[in-house]
Amino acid sequence: MEVNAPIRVLVTKIGLDGHDRGSRIVAAYLRDAGQEVIYTAPWQEIDAVVRLAMQEDVEVIGISTLATDHLIVPDLTQALRDNGLGHIGVIVGGIVPDSERPMLYDAGVARIFGPGSSRSEIVDCVAELGAAVRESRLASTEFAL
Amino acid sequence: MTATDHRPGSTSADGPVGDAEHAVAAGLWREEFDHQVTGDEPVRNRSGIPIEPIYTPEHWSADQYLSQLGFPGQHPYTRGIYPSMYRGRTWTQRQLIGLGTPEDYNRRVRQLLDLGANAISLLPCNSGFRGVDCDAVPLPLLGTCGTVINTVEHMDAALHSVPLDGISTAMNDPSPFTLLAFVLGTAKRRGIPFDKITGTSNQSDYISHFVANHMFYRLSQPGSRRVLVDHVAYCRQRVPNWNPVSVVGQHMQQAGATPAETMALTLSTAIQYAEDCMARGMHPDAILPRFTFFFDISISLFEEVAKFRAGRRIWARIAKERLGAKDPRSWRFKFHGQTSGVDLTAQQPLNNIARVAVQAMAGIFSGLQSMHTDAYDEAITCPTEETARIAVATQNILREEAHLCDVIDPLGGSFYVETLTDQMKEEILRVMDVIENAGGMYEAAGAGLVQAMIGRSALAAQERIDRGEEKVVGVNCYRSEDDGIEQPPPYRPDPEAMKAHVAAFTLFKQSRSEHAVSGAIAELRRAACDEQLNVFETIVDAAGAGVTHGEIVGTLREELGFGNPLIVQ
Repeated sequence: MEVNAPIRVLVTKIGLDGHDRGSRIVAAYLRDAGQEVIYTAPWQEIDAVVRLAMQEDVEVIGISTLATDHLIVPDLTQALRDNGLGHIGVIVGGIVPDSERPMLYDAGVARIFGPGSSRSEIVDCVAELGAAVRESRLASTEFAL
Repeated sequence: MTATDHRPGSTSADGPVGDAEHAVAAGLWREEFDHQVTGDEPVRNRSGIPIEPIYTPEHWSADQYLSQLGFPGQHPYTRGIYPSMYRGRTWTQRQLIGLGTPEDYNRRVRQLLDLGANAISLLPCNSGFRGVDCDAVPLPLLGTCGTVINTVEHMDAALHSVPLDGISTAMNDPSPFTLLAFVLGTAKRRGIPFDKITGTSNQSDYISHFVANHMFYRLSQPGSRRVLVDHVAYCRQRVPNWNPVSVVGQHMQQAGATPAETMALTLSTAIQYAEDCMARGMHPDAILPRFTFFFDISISLFEEVAKFRAGRRIWARIAKERLGAKDPRSWRFKFHGQTSGVDLTAQQPLNNIARVAVQAMAGIFSGLQSMHTDAYDEAITCPTEETARIAVATQNILREEAHLCDVIDPLGGSFYVETLTDQMKEEILRVMDVIENAGGMYEAAGAGLVQAMIGRSALAAQERIDRGEEKVVGVNCYRSEDDGIEQPPPYRPDPEAMKAHVAAFTLFKQSRSEHAVSGAIAELRRAACDEQLNVFETIVDAAGAGVTHGEIVGTLREELGFGNPLIVQ
């Protein structure tokens, strides 16, 4: 893990919905900003996302949601913690009704991007979140040594 | 010289209306225009076509009236597919509905019928789109975006007291068309002959699912191709008043294709399906009268009108000249339009009522056959009862109060709209050539060409919004931190009712005749493996024997292969 290597971010969709216009655009934004994007087809199972996050050693996971799949994001953050991946920053983008946002923040989601979010807001957030995740991991590695 | 080469006032007086007086007037106008508008920014529509500040007889001449426009109900149908259009009968008001349990759906559908909707539709739960039954997915995801329908029993409950032989039903029913099988099972129980069943298999366009919206049952691409042709063949013989094919441009445009690209991809897809059916020995006049189209209507009003008028003209010529159809019913481009959800905003949601009204007007000016208007909370949730009511009322107001239906094709003959119709046609034909050169739509989708095209256009559109070139009120202009409007609460089904629905489904599976179920599944498997048999016929039989949606799709996947979206990043 190099301090200056590009942030590694997994952009994916969990649950049942297949609409991927948003996730494709965001993946292109992040890639153009120099981040290492791992992109998947929609309909990922939570276990598969956890496995992929582990294999790819990502710092951030971006979940795109349109058709209520955000309702199972708490299951994802729980599964990440259960697998020792609680350090990964999780952000959600898409349609999340105001009334259901607290539930996601309580589950450990770092940030929710609604429609109309700008490219720079998203790119900056992933960069900062990714850097913070990396820093804390480096610190804990040094401590372990 | 093409129409775009004419620039009023900047050319010599050699246009179609080439008298000196005209040239002088045009020259004077140009001078005054340039004086008033310094640094006129070039304007382009969403399809990339440059838009002039004015259109005159130099751009479009009525000399081409009969060959390019004709009268409504006459080839090439630019002005509309029926002689009387809305003076005879207005469009079908068909709201897409899908929510909760079958009982929830039934309440909502009867309410909308009472409010004036005259046809119904049914969207299945996303678990259905994944090809599984309600007992295979997390409970919180059930029924949030569509109705949970896995069996004939469920369909019967959903359509309780809805006269199946008196109302047209549109099923959002991707291959292998289990929802139609459940409708036919319901008809059989009620003693209604199949030829009394009318409606459309929406979402039968599997290619659009592979390339654009990925809401399909995950049958392989070749498997989907086979099942569609079997479905068409079955409906032609057994359910003759059903439209088995709906070619869906809406998916492409929602995913980011420009309006011109969308029309091109849709027409290329229709050619593919027609030729696939013809390759199986069906005559074009036996299938094309039952082809329908389903489109997005964006807020780019004139562009949409030109898109549909151009599409109608192109399809008439393709059906007649390329596909060899002789029956005028085969040439008619029948389409349903849905106001575009992508144009709607989560910010200041009430503004969407205004947007939907403009989109709906574009659809009406385009001469559509049926329409769905989005509810203003579309960008946030499934519509609530109140927001669905306003969406229906919007259509009622436009139809009853605004005098939009008095004249057929009211924008026809506008120098602008006719020029734009011609230009959109050229752009559509250009994109269709790209697809044709790639071996047709099936091959182009398999090779990722279509996905790459849509992805490029989606990104370009987003970048225009990011740069502020394309304005979106409340998003990149006229923003306010607090717009004073509370977000409407999202629709969520009652979790207890949904739990009970799943429990009843489990009981149903235990109480079925195991013998009948395993026999029907064996028949399904046999048909899937034998191209001489009609696999859709065995699906209808299986549904009648109590086989569930998930079991039907699961069996077919084993035999016909599993499908993943064809993603190109």
